[in-house]
Amino acid sequence: MEKRWLSLFVENDIGVLAKISGLFSGKAYNLESLTVGMTEDETVSRMTIRLISDDETFEQIKKQLNRCVEVIKVVDFTNSPIHMKELLFVKVRKCSKGDLDELFRIAEVFGVSIIDYDKESVLMECVQTESKNNALITLLSSDFQSIEVVRGGSVAIESISITER
Amino acid sequence: MQQIRGTSLLVKALQEEGVDTIFGYPGGLVTDIFDELYHQDDIKVVLPRHEQALVHEADGYARSTGKVGVCLVTGGPGAANMVTGIATAYYDSVPLVCLSGQVASSLIGDDAFQEADIVGITRNICKHGVIVNDRKNLGRVLKEAFYIARTGKPGPVLVDLPKNVMVELGSDEYPDKVNIRGYKPSTKVHIGQLKKAIDLLKTSQKPIFLIGGGVNIAGAQAELTKLVELTKIPVVTTMMGKGSIDTKHSYYLGNVGMHGSYAANMAITECDLLFSIGTRFSDRVTSKISEFARNAKIVHIDIDSAAISKNIKVDIPIVADAKEAITAMLNYVNEHETAEWLKQLETWQAAHPLTMQSNNGLTAKQVIDHINETCQDAIVVTDVGQHQIWTIQFLELNRNMQLLTSGGMGTMGYGFPAAIGAKLGNEDKTVICISGDGGMQMNIQELATAVAEELPVIVCLFNNSSLGMVRQVQTLFFEKNYSSICTRRRKSCPRRCSGTSEQCPPYSPDFVALAKAYGAEGIRVTTEGEIGAAFDQALKNTDGPTIIEFIIDKDDLVLPMVQGGKPLYEMILEY
Repeated sequence: MEKRWLSLFVENDIGVLAKISGLFSGKAYNLESLTVGMTEDETVSRMTIRLISDDETFEQIKKQLNRCVEVIKVVDFTNSPIHMKELLFVKVRKCSKGDLDELFRIAEVFGVSIIDYDKESVLMECVQTESKNNALITLLSSDFQSIEVVRGGSVAIESISITER
Repeated sequence: MQQIRGTSLLVKALQEEGVDTIFGYPGGLVTDIFDELYHQDDIKVVLPRHEQALVHEADGYARSTGKVGVCLVTGGPGAANMVTGIATAYYDSVPLVCLSGQVASSLIGDDAFQEADIVGITRNICKHGVIVNDRKNLGRVLKEAFYIARTGKPGPVLVDLPKNVMVELGSDEYPDKVNIRGYKPSTKVHIGQLKKAIDLLKTSQKPIFLIGGGVNIAGAQAELTKLVELTKIPVVTTMMGKGSIDTKHSYYLGNVGMHGSYAANMAITECDLLFSIGTRFSDRVTSKISEFARNAKIVHIDIDSAAISKNIKVDIPIVADAKEAITAMLNYVNEHETAEWLKQLETWQAAHPLTMQSNNGLTAKQVIDHINETCQDAIVVTDVGQHQIWTIQFLELNRNMQLLTSGGMGTMGYGFPAAIGAKLGNEDKTVICISGDGGMQMNIQELATAVAEELPVIVCLFNNSSLGMVRQVQTLFFEKNYSSICTRRRKSCPRRCSGTSEQCPPYSPDFVALAKAYGAEGIRVTTEGEIGAAFDQALKNTDGPTIIEFIIDKDDLVLPMVQGGKPLYEMILEY
């Protein structure tokens, strides 16, 4: 069982998102995250999907997706050089003065922005890989009591020259 | 270019697609469409008595003619009633275009009267589903619907038609061509892969062909027969593949699977090459997967790439239409030396031939034997249950005898309406429906449709006062705890019944009287000697349907049987 990434080109029509997610739920495939948005062609949307499965099931999932009339193309990103980032918002509340100082330091070290704050709270905006977001959340949850996490799921595109994940 | 209403474009589309019959049940959301249909004479509009039966009728019509079956219902409850029929068609790859009425676009989402998100409801049981939100798209959507339904692996397509779009004026053009960027079915066979498969065939000692419904759908029966005769390799079929080769052919071993013949199941178990065409390896066929074809290399030819390597590991996958694949194979195959293997198969056949185990006089097999002896050119349609399996086991099929059955979904209530659809599509053929007393009652109201359309369908109704297949499972695996399977049971009966017939209340309904109440004919048969006369009488009734009710013993079993989860070679052969 491994993490896999797919990029789907789909028709930009009502119901397509429901169809794809319905396929995953109907066949009990393990969908972890799904993002979708319009491309440079307004009739085409692009989805980035992260899922967990074994090899046989993954082959089956790709075939089932290809079968959908609204799916134009299925691209397997699992082993491709890609750029992939996830948007993460973290709000930390009930901070002491010391907490605030530490949070500013953490943001600097981890290369994330603090975009909003008051005397007791801080809002971080992080656009980085999923694993870096995971690490940051783990750190913040262990050190701070009151945190609120909103994650968007990863969006990916093929690299031109370098590989990052 | 003229401006015409959506309803007119719809009728034009149906005509351009060569549709001569549609099955329609009206309602508030489709009154405009029915008004348009009233004024034309090219397309016959059949009125069933329930939308579920409506879809089964279109399904039987499609399976028996090879054309796309067309359904038209109103929104809300009408559309919801289609669900079972659509699922039945989806699981057996039947081409249907299902048109449903929808509330006006401005009301969608407001929980309007008879509003139902039928596209959402049927999403996972349709090949494709779409709502026509814009009048401009109507022609293209309909063209695409028919194309998607009938190409590649066929299936049902749902088109939802909002009321306002159907009365709106717009283009009268019906497109010539289809261009769907996400759907480009290819049927061409990869010759390289095919040759690899044939090489494997050449080195095998115990090869077997496993043939599924795909060969019947592709119309490749003649090619298959040639292939078998050229290679001298024996054939087994799945339920849906039955009839792909003449059942009397010397190389045909019978059906494989849960109720497969002993020889066929042993052949699968011991073969060293399983060459399968047009099947999707349902659990009914494989039973315990780890033991299925345990010694064999597997070649899998199927039109649906998703069906390949889905349930079982395949050594050589080939995505292709069955007819194209088999035709290509004929150029490369040779006669195969299989004498020893054939001898082994004969031993198995002799050891446990298919028989009917019964205590009492009249049996389903006797009736099916009569059909075998007297019908040369007919379409037999079954419902679901023990009678279905007995039909699969004992009915002889050839190029003039066709069998329609709900294999993938096993939908009770399918048989009679599908027989009606088959008769409407094949006026000159005898159509016989074989049903149980349970399934017949699920769409009994279609007697009215058959009488109205003057269809001489013959219904062989096997009445054993039970939901027989479940009862059999309870007999074999649940210590005869007959829970909710007695169709004769009344409130006055004891809570748990040991079931001796003398104490039982009369069966309700009296099917013979019920048939007559509908204006059909009804005959009751209780002994073997009466079978011939009953059929003769039924065949004389050329104006309407006849129900022949055969009273059979509830303790009759379908054997062999493989218990769920057990390997195919562990068959229950007698009880």
